[in-house]
Amino acid sequence: MSQTANRVTTPAIERGRLTWSGVSLSLHAVLIYLFLYLPILVLIIFSFTRDAFGVRWTGFTLDWYVRLFNDERLMGASVNTLLVASVSTLVSTILGTLMAMAMERYQFRGREGVEALIYLPVVVPEIVMAVALLAFSALVFDLINALTGQVLRRNLTTVTIAHIAFNMSFVVVVVRTSLRHFDRRLEEAAADLGADSWQTFWRVTFPLILPGIIGGALMAFTLSLDDFVISLFLSGPGTSLLPVEVYSRVRRAITPEINAISTLMLLLSITLVLLSQLLQRRR
Amino acid sequence: MSDTPAIELRDVIKRFGETPAVDRVSLQIGDGEFFSLLGPSGCGKTTTLRMIAGFEYPSSGEMLIHGRSMATIPPHRRPVNTVFQSYALFPHMSVEQNVAFGLQMQRLPKQEIAPRVSEALELVRLGHLAQRRPNQLSGGQQQRVALARALVNQPEVLLLDEPLGALDQKLRKEMQLELKSLQHRVGITFIFVTHDQEEALTMSDRIAVMNQGKVLQVGSPTEIYERPTCRFVADFIGETNFIDGEVVESDGGYSSIVTPDGLRLRGLAPRTLPAGSAATLSIRPEKLRLTTLEQAGPEQVAALPVSVELVSYIGSDTRITVRLNEQRTLDVWEQNRRSTLDRNAYWQPGEQALLFCPPDNALVLAE
Amino acid sequence: MRLYWPSEQGSAASSSCKRTKEECRLAFDLIERTRVQRDRRNLMALLLPGLLWLLLFFALPLLIILLYSFIVSGPRGNLIWQATVGNYTDLFTRAIYLNAYLRSIWISLLTTLICLLLGYPLALFIVRQPPHVRTLLLFLVLIPFWTNFLVRIYAWQIILANNGLINSSLRALGFAPIQLLNTEGATLIGLVYGDLPFMVLPLYAAIDRFDFTLMEAAADLGASRRQAFLRVMVPLTMPGIVAGSVLVFIPTLGQFVVSELLGGAKVDYLGNLIQRLFLRSNPPNWPLGSAMAIVMMLLLLAFILWYFRISREEDR
Ligand SMILES: Nc1ncnc2c1ncn2[C@@H]1O[C@H](COP(=O)(O)OP(=O)(O)OP(=O)(O)O)[C@@H](O)[C@H]1O
Ligand SMILES: [Mg+2]
Repeated sequence: MSQTANRVTTPAIERGRLTWSGVSLSLHAVLIYLFLYLPILVLIIFSFTRDAFGVRWTGFTLDWYVRLFNDERLMGASVNTLLVASVSTLVSTILGTLMAMAMERYQFRGREGVEALIYLPVVVPEIVMAVALLAFSALVFDLINALTGQVLRRNLTTVTIAHIAFNMSFVVVVVRTSLRHFDRRLEEAAADLGADSWQTFWRVTFPLILPGIIGGALMAFTLSLDDFVISLFLSGPGTSLLPVEVYSRVRRAITPEINAISTLMLLLSITLVLLSQLLQRRR
Repeated sequence: MSDTPAIELRDVIKRFGETPAVDRVSLQIGDGEFFSLLGPSGCGKTTTLRMIAGFEYPSSGEMLIHGRSMATIPPHRRPVNTVFQSYALFPHMSVEQNVAFGLQMQRLPKQEIAPRVSEALELVRLGHLAQRRPNQLSGGQQQRVALARALVNQPEVLLLDEPLGALDQKLRKEMQLELKSLQHRVGITFIFVTHDQEEALTMSDRIAVMNQGKVLQVGSPTEIYERPTCRFVADFIGETNFIDGEVVESDGGYSSIVTPDGLRLRGLAPRTLPAGSAATLSIRPEKLRLTTLEQAGPEQVAALPVSVELVSYIGSDTRITVRLNEQRTLDVWEQNRRSTLDRNAYWQPGEQALLFCPPDNALVLAE
Repeated sequence: MRLYWPSEQGSAASSSCKRTKEECRLAFDLIERTRVQRDRRNLMALLLPGLLWLLLFFALPLLIILLYSFIVSGPRGNLIWQATVGNYTDLFTRAIYLNAYLRSIWISLLTTLICLLLGYPLALFIVRQPPHVRTLLLFLVLIPFWTNFLVRIYAWQIILANNGLINSSLRALGFAPIQLLNTEGATLIGLVYGDLPFMVLPLYAAIDRFDFTLMEAAADLGASRRQAFLRVMVPLTMPGIVAGSVLVFIPTLGQFVVSELLGGAKVDYLGNLIQRLFLRSNPPNWPLGSAMAIVMMLLLLAFILWYFRISREEDR
């Protein structure tokens, strides 16, 4: 903007054109950012309103947050969600990191096939994956029932298994990027200084790709927290997860309580993004 | 040939922020001229060229092409074409498509485009590579595609921004000759930007030397080299010895100066300088003469006793640094006209000698 | 890995050890073989756990719905193991399913196009900012990308509802309220809102790599801004356009949350039908739902392949 201010003697046509394209682009950007953030702001604001329908501003209150913490169903669902997210993140990060190492460091037959298998969960629509896992779990439970007579139901474990399959691909993608940027001469240097391959891994490779691994883990955690579709299909009747619980309430009506829990979920996600960005910046 | 210059700049100023990148530049460039803009990095050459092409507009001043004001004409409607420093070839198009682009923009019929494209490619000897992509070409070939792409539009003026900058030394020399002969054949005005003085001297009809946004001197290569009008030009083009002093007398186009260490030297004075004013005498190393004590010097030129300090043999020349006194040394270049291995035929450090500074070879410049 | 025999004059060690070439080669081979074996063991340890997981919990389930799509659904939603292509013929002959396909494809294309039209100028704007502003603006696009989709869609209910933000403002200003929520327009808004970041990020990456002097070169050769944009900038940023479009198109084709929360489930899209066939309808019909999911995947595959071919042709 300071540049245009200095161009007072510029011929009219240039001034006109520059400001025209520049201003229209900026205006467009402002509108898009409003479009992206207005709903989020509205949601946050209306989690503090006194209005019982949660759509009008009638004064400030923290009641809904208090009520939230006394809502046993919601709290139970939150605990379940955190549990599923934590376990699936842990497992998918370990498996994903190992796979990333294999893919980056080794040449082997069928590599393309494995590659496709890794990327497929990223591009397959969630709903397809969800129904496939639902059908699979039903089939397995029927088999177990036929063989042992035990009756199994879908529960947190089935959801966790599904989340691991889904998250692992994302972890592999993120960790592979950081392995690719890793300078392998450092490993040669460590070996040259007398470290065996185990020591080399723990003392040199691992610390250097750790930000990538944490980045992948944070991504897995967020995806798991936010996942609704797979959770809807795979969680059993008694084991509610937060997004599923929110969804079933939202379909009934807008309430300030939902605004409040949504706000908390947003803030958690935003904190996680900030964290992962900070980690990347440090690298 | 008409009287209106191909390009005319009148008091053109271009500011980015507060400091001017181009400062009150006035130029007239004739039809069919090979005109160079020469100057150190950041002196405003590219900015000047971009204003002619239409990518920048002057902050003030006027720019005309064949007498037509360009103040309101956007780049795509100007009768000029540019060869970009990085070539800016379209990577998604073949050589042929790159060259055809300008003609397609003019909406020429297909049957007219094809022959003109192949003609342009023949002109730069690239007919056999028409189907290649730019990234499959060497630097020199890319450069020629950029040239063909501009020339095929038959612009009134061709602008070239350091077109040879990315090439290695040998290729660069070849392309210099090729460009020059090409310009002869097509007869288009070339405006050529370079910071390589040798390149400018060998190729140009006229050169404008720029520094800090200002044009300091415009002239033929000989004028620029032999009669620089200011210290910067003398220094920037070729090598020279500067001797600072005070004017003691001026007559008939010559001035004499006296230095603090008591030397009195005479040289050509392009402008009459009042006695007592500070001035610099500039003399090129190859225009000084060094003789042994026994040999005679030119008539009517005072001999300065010197001692030889450094001698470097560089094949065609021998470059000698001579010491006049405690504070002052000068560079002298001698051509090695005789082929010999005899050590005594060359100067040796420590030798005593006589230095002659002929007034017709020296210039007295105002500070 | 092949180990090469060092040339005789080049290796003092090999001549001093006084072994024959053959002996040395055998020794090398042995070392090499154990190294390869060890490598293979390491590879297996790294690769197998994840690979098995993906095979078991991703590939196998997909095969199972492929299988289900060719069997008969019983009257109580039970599976009857009897081969049939009836599910597929149903999909392509019954209007309710056919319409859902066409509607889903249509709204996905529309969403992709709108995201492209909104996202391209935004990406261009971001690229043209100084570096620190750029990081911030990109980050602001990234945040919604990471936050809960469901919650972000829900936020639009508050804005669009009959007693929501827009309508209560209208009422306060004395205008009559309008039906916003539970319309197809609301669905479209929600889809564009949810998927826009997927479009902007790849576009940004592509435009950032674009060399803007090419635009000057085009202008220099007589191209207007429009021509330069269409003939130079669009083809050269095509990889970003393709990637963004694929990333928007895929989730849109399978969505059912947006059309339920904002569209009021008034019309059926593919995702709604599949969800209903598996979870809600009484009796459920898994074979038919599986067939729908399989056809959806094939559609996506076709779309991706077609789009990449187009972009590669542009590139040639
Ligand atoms: N778009 C711009 N914004 C701000 N300053 C600029 C811009 N373009 C050029 N300048 C400034 O104007 C001055 C002249 O730049 P210009 O590119 O014309 O130099 P040049 O003579 O071509 O140098 P070089 O030989 O290095 O290419 C420089 O100081 C440069 O920093
Ligand atoms: Mg330049």
